[in-house]
Amino acid sequence: MALEKLNLEHIPPTCQIYAAFFRDVSNCEFLHTQLLSRNSEFEYAFIDASSVISRLHLLAAVYSAANMLLDGTLRTPNVHSEIVVSLNTNNNIADAYRRWGITPGKTKDLIVVKVVLSSSTAQVEASTQAQTQEAIWDHIQQHVKGTPTPLTDAELAQTTEWPKVRKYYRLNGVPSLERLADEQEQRQQSESLAIMGMALRGL
Amino acid sequence: MAAADDAQFPPPKVLTYPASTPPTLITQGAEGRLYKTTHLTRDRPCALKYRPPKPYRHPILDARLTKARLSSEAKVLERCWREGVPVPAVYAMDPAAGWMMMEWIEGIPVRVGINQWLGERPEEGAEIPEGADETPLVDLMKRIGAAIGALHKTGVVHGDLTTSNMMLRPVQGGQANGGAGNEGKTRAVEGDVVLIDFGLATQSMSDEDRAVDLYVLERAFASTHPRAERLFATLLESYKSTFKKASSVLIKLEDVRMRGRKRSMLG
Repeated sequence: MALEKLNLEHIPPTCQIYAAFFRDVSNCEFLHTQLLSRNSEFEYAFIDASSVISRLHLLAAVYSAANMLLDGTLRTPNVHSEIVVSLNTNNNIADAYRRWGITPGKTKDLIVVKVVLSSSTAQVEASTQAQTQEAIWDHIQQHVKGTPTPLTDAELAQTTEWPKVRKYYRLNGVPSLERLADEQEQRQQSESLAIMGMALRGL
Repeated sequence: MAAADDAQFPPPKVLTYPASTPPTLITQGAEGRLYKTTHLTRDRPCALKYRPPKPYRHPILDARLTKARLSSEAKVLERCWREGVPVPAVYAMDPAAGWMMMEWIEGIPVRVGINQWLGERPEEGAEIPEGADETPLVDLMKRIGAAIGALHKTGVVHGDLTTSNMMLRPVQGGQANGGAGNEGKTRAVEGDVVLIDFGLATQSMSDEDRAVDLYVLERAFASTHPRAERLFATLLESYKSTFKKASSVLIKLEDVRMRGRKRSMLG
């Protein structure tokens, strides 16, 4: 099963987070329509992998949204849209959907994130958890037409479109990046700046 | 003990959720507390700064002040980071809840490093012995001056410059402190200078504010490291060479020395 359970620090066990990565997705249009029609069976965060730098970058957005869910301070309809919005550096929701969300005709590689918040601790038992994970994976696999790929930094790096990322996070002409010659270091620095931009969203 | 501490100072809600290693309280200031904890993954240590609600303030005012102060600190850190000034990166924050997660800076405070180098002998008036090789310490002073120069160049004044608010981050592969004899002593003042605690920082381009920043450090330095006081000139020199507009700041510093930190309230 290519659906990974993400264990984040400072997230209680009642909040379970799952993620999967698909390359060459062919039915973006269908998935996009489900989101637009608010089909409750398709409560997923669909993230365009081309504007994601790394796992850490993704996790930062997931954490921020999950934290808002736990606090009850969501500003979008649900935690899944909040994940997409959390990737933005400003509060423009439409902009965030366009840049990080799924776009028919443009999105090729897709990250799918599912957050399940159980109301009681009884539901957190390992056996039921395995069941939900399986059920979620079945549903995703059934409807997302693409190649399941491990959600690793190496795979994500292959799909990142840097010109886009640099534009979205205003990384062009940043002095601290320009003085770095090493590409690896530059990417790490860009990742930090992106996460910082997200943390300071709307300030 | 820990339970009693918790009862007296409840941690922010975000720290009540489980993590691989329990958060530890590092220090407590007048306005906030600093915890060491983890961000996202267990191998990513971070510093969490928490400004608890103040019971003596009106709740609405309190919320607004806390939010404004945290936000301004974060903005200053981002600005510095973009310009390449050595400061911790911001990882995550919730200004309404009063917390901010920042990069954990390894190493020791500059204050500890300098004192280790000087040898912890509080003897009165004991200057650094003549002829002793003080190159490593002079070098550190230069790095501090360069860091402050870079900070002021970006239009930020720190507001509370002391040797405790600077860290010596070990250079990769190297190790900070520890060891004995001369080598350990030298190592105590090695590492990259990282400026921390921007809780009182403001964005300002005025010579006056910059001069006061330097003055505060000068006074703090003289009282924490009296035996290295004369090396402060080295710091100012390196400040001058990294920051183009330094000369007018240093002229202003003369004025500030004459009158103290506060501008005259007369007139």
